[in-house]
Amino acid sequence: MRYVDEFRDPDLARALAAEILASIEPGRRVKLMEVCGGHTHSIYRYGIDDLLPECVELVHGPGCPVCVIPMGRVDDGIALAREPGVVLACFGDMLRVPGSEGTFVDAKADGADIRMVYSPLDALRIARENPDREVVFFAIGFETTAPSTALTLQRAKREGIGNFSCFCNHVTILPPLRALLESPDLRIDGFIGPGHVSTVIGARPFEFVPRDYHRPLVISGFEPLDVLQSIRMLLDQIVENRCEVENQYRRVVPLDGNPRALELMAEVFELRPHFEWRGLGFISQSALRLSDAYAGLDAERRWDLPGVRVADPKACQCGEVLKGVIKPWECKVFGTACTPEHAIGTCMVSSEGACAAYYNYGRFAREKVPL
Amino acid sequence: VSANEVALDPERRKLQIVETARSKPARFTDRQVTLAHGAGGRATRALVEGLLVPAFGSPTLAELDDAAPIPGEGAKFAITTDTYVVRPIRFPGGSIGELAVNGTVNDLAVAGARPLALSVSLVLEEGLPADELRAEAGAIAAAADRAQVEVIAGDTKVVERGRADKMYICTTGVGARDPRVRLAPSAIEPGDRILLSGTIGDHGTAIMLARGEFELAADIESDTRSLWPTAEALIEAAGGSLRCMRDATRGGVASVANELARASGVSMLVRESAVPVRPPVVGAAELLGIDPLHIANEGKLLAFVAPEVAAEALRALRSVPGCEGAAEIGEVTAEAPGTVLVETPFGGHRVMDELVGDPLPRIC
Repeated sequence: MRYVDEFRDPDLARALAAEILASIEPGRRVKLMEVCGGHTHSIYRYGIDDLLPECVELVHGPGCPVCVIPMGRVDDGIALAREPGVVLACFGDMLRVPGSEGTFVDAKADGADIRMVYSPLDALRIARENPDREVVFFAIGFETTAPSTALTLQRAKREGIGNFSCFCNHVTILPPLRALLESPDLRIDGFIGPGHVSTVIGARPFEFVPRDYHRPLVISGFEPLDVLQSIRMLLDQIVENRCEVENQYRRVVPLDGNPRALELMAEVFELRPHFEWRGLGFISQSALRLSDAYAGLDAERRWDLPGVRVADPKACQCGEVLKGVIKPWECKVFGTACTPEHAIGTCMVSSEGACAAYYNYGRFAREKVPL
Repeated sequence: VSANEVALDPERRKLQIVETARSKPARFTDRQVTLAHGAGGRATRALVEGLLVPAFGSPTLAELDDAAPIPGEGAKFAITTDTYVVRPIRFPGGSIGELAVNGTVNDLAVAGARPLALSVSLVLEEGLPADELRAEAGAIAAAADRAQVEVIAGDTKVVERGRADKMYICTTGVGARDPRVRLAPSAIEPGDRILLSGTIGDHGTAIMLARGEFELAADIESDTRSLWPTAEALIEAAGGSLRCMRDATRGGVASVANELARASGVSMLVRESAVPVRPPVVGAAELLGIDPLHIANEGKLLAFVAPEVAAEALRALRSVPGCEGAAEIGEVTAEAPGTVLVETPFGGHRVMDELVGDPLPRIC
C-alpha cells in the first residue's frame, strides 16, 4: 500500500487545510457538492470534514449507484430470483437495498438463489459451470462498472452462453447532474467531480457545468489528500472568479476518457428514453439498457417482469438531501424510523449514501482539528 | 456541551433523539432469520437480546459475558459454549477443529478463567470423507493439548447429505476462575487504557481469500490460538487493575468495543494509527472496501486496564510469544456514552459503529 500512503500524509493534509482556510475571505460561506458516493465515503472515513473551516460546507450528491435504484427495480430483481431455476447474481452493495417487500437478503432467506459476486465475469462463470440453471446478473453502477458488464455480455455472446442474461440498471452521471443544476432550489457553489466515472468518460463531458450553469467543477481522486486538493482548487476558482473544469485526478483521468470502454458500451448498450431515480424521480436519457444486438441476453426481454412502479415512501426526504437542500439530520425520519437496519430512504441504504455515512460516521458534533 | 447548547442547536437535538432511540433495548422484529443474524453485528444483537435472553430469563445470561460463573460452590468455575461453522473447513493457518478448541478456550480466558475441560459435539454430513474427519479429530486433539485442556465429554450426529456443510462442531468449556480478578464490562471507567494483543483482521481475511471467490493471492494466515497465556500474563501484571477483556471475533474490534461501550455506559476513543494491521490485510481490505476493524480475529483480545498499570501491562503482553505486536490503541472517555470514536491519522474523527450484518464489499 506504499503508493496509497503518500495520499494520506497527515502533515500534508494539515498544510492543505491551512491553505484552504487562508484562501477564503472572512465572512464568505461556500457550499460544495461531492457528486460521487466514493467521495462521501472518503470524507467520513478519514474525517476530512473536521479539517475544513466552518465556512466550507460539503453536500453529498446523487452519485451512489445503489442508493438511486428505485424500489420497483428491486422488486423485479426479486421476482426474477424467484423464477424456477434462476440464480440471481449481484454485487454485495445490492443485498440490503429495500424493495417494496424486503431486500435480496430476505428473498434469499425465503429460498431464492441469490449470490454475491465481485465482478460480472464471476456471474458468467456461474452460468458456464451450471448449464442447467438460468443465471441473471443484476447490473448496477455508473459508467464506472458499465464497461465490465459490457465486456461480460460481449463474451457471453461470443461464447454462445445461452443460460446467461443481464438485468440492466446501469445509469449515467451527466443527466442527474444536469437535473440537479436545473433545480431552482439548488444552492451549490461548486462540484467535486466523480473520479472513477471520469476515467471512462473523461473530463470533457463536464464542460457544460461551467458553461451553462456557471459552477466550477474539479474532477477528484478518492484519497483524502485528493479530496482536500480538489476543494482547494475549487476555492481558488471561486476566489479568482474563474469557472471551469479542472482535473485533479490527472494520474488516472484522461481528457477524453477511455475510448475502448466507450466503444464497448456503445456496442452493448443504448440509452433508455427515461429512468426513475430514487429520490429524484424520472430523468430522461439517464440510464442504459441492452442494445438490440444483445436482445437475447436481456433479462427484461427474456422474462415477463412485474415492472410495477413503487412510489418512494412519503416520509422520506431523500430528494432534498440529494439536492443539498437539507442535511441528512434534518429529514423527519432520520435516525428514528429510518436507520441502516431498516432503511426507508435510498440515502440510508449503502454506506456511501449521504444519510448512512452521516449516521455511521458523522453523528457527532465534533471538534475541529487545530491547524 | 451544556444542556442549553443542545436545546438551542437543532442538529444536536436531533442527534440526541437518535442516541435515545439507539440505546433502547434491542427488539427482534424480523419476519425470519437471515444470514445477517449470524454475523455478530446489530442483527445478531437483536436476536440474542431481543428474543433469546428474554425467553430464557436468566440474570446471569443477561450479562452477556463470554463465559458465565457456574452457580454454587462459591462460583469457582466458569462455563461457556460455542458452535463452529466455517467454509472451507481447512484454511491457511488452521481448521475448524482447531477453531472449535481455541474459540471456546478463549471465551474462558477473557473471562479470567483458566481453561480446564471441554466437551465436543460433532454434526457430520453424510458422505464426509473419513480422512477429513480424522484430520479434524487430530486438529482438536492437538489444539486441546497446546491449550492444556482435556476433552472429557462428546457427542456425534450425522445428517443427510446437503443438510450440513461437511461438519459443524459445538464445544462447551469449563474453567477455573482466577481469584485475582473480577472482570466485567461494568468495571470499565473513563481514563482506562485499551490494549490490543496484536495485528487484526488476519483470520477473517484468510477465510475470505481461502474461499477463492475473488482472485487475490496474499500471504495471510488465520491467527487462531489459545489466549490463556495472554490473559494470564495480563492478570499477573495488572491484577485487580485489569477491568475487562474480550476476544475480538465476529464483527472484529469494532463490534467488541461497541458492545462494551454500551454495556458499561462509557465512550471509547480508538487511535487508528496505533492499531496494528499487516500490510496484506490492509491491501485486501482496501480492495474490498472493508474496514479491518470489522474483520474477525480468532486469537486477539482487547484488554481494558487502569491508566497507572497500562505501561506494565503492555510490557507483559508483549512478552507473550505471538503478542509481540501488542499495542495501546486508545482510551475510555466519558463524552458520548455507548459510542466508539476513531481518531483518524489526520486527527479527524468518525464514529466506529457495529455493522448490521456481514461486512459487504463496496464494488461500485
